[in-house]
Amino acid sequence: MKEPKINLLSPLKGVKYLFKKPVTLNVPKEEREAADRYRGFHTNDWETCIGCGSCSEICPTSAISMEKVPGLEIDPVEGKTDERPVIDYGRCCWCAFCVDICTTGSLKMSKDYVFIDPNPDKFIYIPDEEGINHNQPEEGYQRNEETDLLELERRPMEQAPAEERKSSFMEYVKGFSKEEAMREAARCVECGICTNTCPAHMNIPEYINAVFEDDLKEASDYLYKTNPLPAVCGRVCTHKCEDVCSIAHRGEAVSIRWLKRYIVDNTPDKTYEDVVMSTVSRKGEGKVAIVGAGPAGLAAAYYLRTLGHAVTVYEEKPLPGGVMRYGIPRYRLPDEALDKDVSLIEKTGVELLTGTRVGRDITLEELHEKYDAVFLSTGFMDPRDLGVPGSEHADVINAMDFLPRVTDYIRGAGKQPDVHEHAVVIGGGNVAYDVARSVVRLQMERYGQSDVKVCALECVKELPADLEEVEEGSEEGVKVYGGWGPKEIIIEDGKIVRLDLVKCLSIFDENGRFSPDFDEELTLSIEGSQVFVSIGQAPDYRYLPESIQNQLEFKGPRIRVDEGGRTSLEWLFAGGDIVKGPDIITAVANGHEAAKSIDAYLESKK
Amino acid sequence: MKEVKLFHGPNHPGMHGNFSVHLTVDGDTVVSARPNPGMLHRGFEKLMERRSWIQNIALIPRICVPEPDINEAVYSMGVEALAGMEIPERAKYIRVIVLEIARIMIHLMSVGGIGGPTGLYTAPNWGIADRDLFLDIFEKLTGHRIYHMYIVPGGVRQDIPADLLKEIEEKLDNLEKRLVEYRELIFDHPIIHKRLKGTAPLPKELALAWGITGIGIRSNGFDYDIRKYDPYLVYDKLSFDVPVCDESDAYSRLMLKFREIPQSMRIIRQAIADMPAGKVRIKLPGNALKWKVPKGAVYSRLESSRGEYGYYMVSDGGLTPYRVHVRGASYPQGLYGVEAGLPGTRLEDVAVWLDTMGVCAPEFDR
Repeated sequence: MKEPKINLLSPLKGVKYLFKKPVTLNVPKEEREAADRYRGFHTNDWETCIGCGSCSEICPTSAISMEKVPGLEIDPVEGKTDERPVIDYGRCCWCAFCVDICTTGSLKMSKDYVFIDPNPDKFIYIPDEEGINHNQPEEGYQRNEETDLLELERRPMEQAPAEERKSSFMEYVKGFSKEEAMREAARCVECGICTNTCPAHMNIPEYINAVFEDDLKEASDYLYKTNPLPAVCGRVCTHKCEDVCSIAHRGEAVSIRWLKRYIVDNTPDKTYEDVVMSTVSRKGEGKVAIVGAGPAGLAAAYYLRTLGHAVTVYEEKPLPGGVMRYGIPRYRLPDEALDKDVSLIEKTGVELLTGTRVGRDITLEELHEKYDAVFLSTGFMDPRDLGVPGSEHADVINAMDFLPRVTDYIRGAGKQPDVHEHAVVIGGGNVAYDVARSVVRLQMERYGQSDVKVCALECVKELPADLEEVEEGSEEGVKVYGGWGPKEIIIEDGKIVRLDLVKCLSIFDENGRFSPDFDEELTLSIEGSQVFVSIGQAPDYRYLPESIQNQLEFKGPRIRVDEGGRTSLEWLFAGGDIVKGPDIITAVANGHEAAKSIDAYLESKK
Repeated sequence: MKEVKLFHGPNHPGMHGNFSVHLTVDGDTVVSARPNPGMLHRGFEKLMERRSWIQNIALIPRICVPEPDINEAVYSMGVEALAGMEIPERAKYIRVIVLEIARIMIHLMSVGGIGGPTGLYTAPNWGIADRDLFLDIFEKLTGHRIYHMYIVPGGVRQDIPADLLKEIEEKLDNLEKRLVEYRELIFDHPIIHKRLKGTAPLPKELALAWGITGIGIRSNGFDYDIRKYDPYLVYDKLSFDVPVCDESDAYSRLMLKFREIPQSMRIIRQAIADMPAGKVRIKLPGNALKWKVPKGAVYSRLESSRGEYGYYMVSDGGLTPYRVHVRGASYPQGLYGVEAGLPGTRLEDVAVWLDTMGVCAPEFDR
């Protein structure tokens, strides 16, 4: 560069620019289109937004607040809240972190940046059709993989490979290590949508955050606020929470269930027990009898103890747990996990009378006389009949007869159930898969190979069983025939040889009632010498005296109760499968609600 | 003659940011000067302790308005050092491009800005107009013109498109031609010579004693530049010169800023040519609401247009910084310098002193 010299003409250098067009524009008199990545006013896709509030959480200037929108309701099925983001442009710094973290991708930024109004209130608005830019300007800044502030992939869960696990009833899911659990917990945005959906409304974001902070005492504390069976639910819950997890809109849901299991498995025993015992109260004075030690009965028993009432649980079977003990196979739910939950509930002072059948060893009327209130949770343990030709054959076995024999065998309380080399399972739910996968294991033990076919009315993609059951079943060699209904079990020389199926066209009628429609022309035969039937379960109300049955209201096979589990008799409450179903967590929620109602009832009687 | 007390700022054309100097003058000569900080009330360091690691990216560009990117870069480099993150190579090159464009922009503002205290009003208009053309680049790259919030821990937020690289090169070519006119307009100007030469001298001893870096020390013959002395990003792979001169007065300091512009252009052109393909960002584990930075302390620094710019950052392993201390590059000249350096100068030279010393009030009044 030249050395500068004094030049008297230098001040005139600018004159030549006098008549040139300036580089700047007079916005807004002149229009100027913003760059493609411009971070202008927000837009929000009303249909897609679920109101998770992550935008509000990340906002560095607190410009975004979540406010209730009239006309919107909390939707636990779809996983939506009744709140939507409201943006204050007096505070917004246009960083677009809200766009980067948006769980659904509904919140975007436009190229629109000019808005003039004398009323400052106009700068606080909900980005919808009524807002500043009517939600329809050209899209500006866009989130991409590199700007994304969510971690979309879940931490892989270590589990035994199919070849190894199908030869054993050992639990095959290994559980998270501390590092993996904390890493997985760091994916949660704590929106709480899962809490709305969980039947027990568990404090999911809170216990996940406690895992993230490595505070397992607090985490256990949160578990027991709403669920006294976390070791069970940490393994076999149907995890409706994960179905609505906000992260699942763009990625994979947070592994909520496995994190729950991590808390139970890793909290030091003393700490864990202290947490459970610290909740027991002495204030109540009532005496409550519970019929059935399944999830609803045990949950009700625990929460009645936290309210200070004396509780006695009557259980017909030799061990408590109901379907958790006698239905779910050990490879999914080992006895140790169930025993951990049950023993802690017992420690709170619950009296457990196993091997005592109400209606045989003691009548319901006697319970009514002896106790202030009675809670029924007897479950759906009876099988439903198949009702097709051949179903009366001895090798046609009902799931609810078979599964208890399997669990008894594994714990050394019975002999090995008889399984044939080629078996067919009718049904497409979780119980059908429990049967199928148990049969695979028993076949492997006995024959060194397996052959199990599952046929269901639903097509494969719509099977009522959890997706992971279907996938893991397939990995273990279970073959699925979806969209077929049983027509006849063919018996030759006294032995079952095959199952004839007909194509199922539809399952429900126009009123939504179960009424399958078949195409008799389209048939299929699957070979097997043993048929397992898992087409749903039914209750057994023989323990209910006729006088009481007459006073109760029924809805189909279920007893009609209000949201607090109250039946039409003021001293009688009910929960679990006999009122709602279909899973353990719903039963736990029923038990908890009923405990609160029973407490209120006992208080009212004072 | 009776002494008069005058208030220079907080709002004054020769004042960069809301900063006030209380002057006592005897006639036209400054007898004493007292810097009066606290006009900004921003409390950045304290605010940072309450904001998550990612949220701070939206806050810190405000610590120096005309050159915000240094804050994003020095903060991100600090977080990366604490977390042991090695960012993608491409991101390093992009950061260099951004930082050097930012340097050019603030130098254009500052060199043009000398027109304010000297009455050469064509210069600031030119400076702002040419800066504006580079703001277009930033708008296209980052989505915003002033506060970019683009450099983040782990890299940069978005990749730089190929057509934008071309546009940057075109704008640099254009600016190169314009620089000749700047030199003629400002540095050949007889009045500028008269007003700046020998004005506001900064003796070497004082510069060293106060800990002045950047232009202040380089105009005293030291080639101290963090990009050379403690290279960060990819500066060690790029060739450029550090302009120095022996005598520090307003003219020589302004000239050094001006001479740094072509060097920055040289760096940008090399960076564009050498930049590898690949990813531009890695992330901390989890979602941004749950980003934690491992426990530790780090001093992260870089060369800003005003000298060594550093953050001393302490993390207790939590969701927010435990403590961040900002070493604003203009802290020595902006606070001690005003008090010790201004007495003896003429009243009309106060603004010249502040402009050429490189004073950016928010970075030391933080």
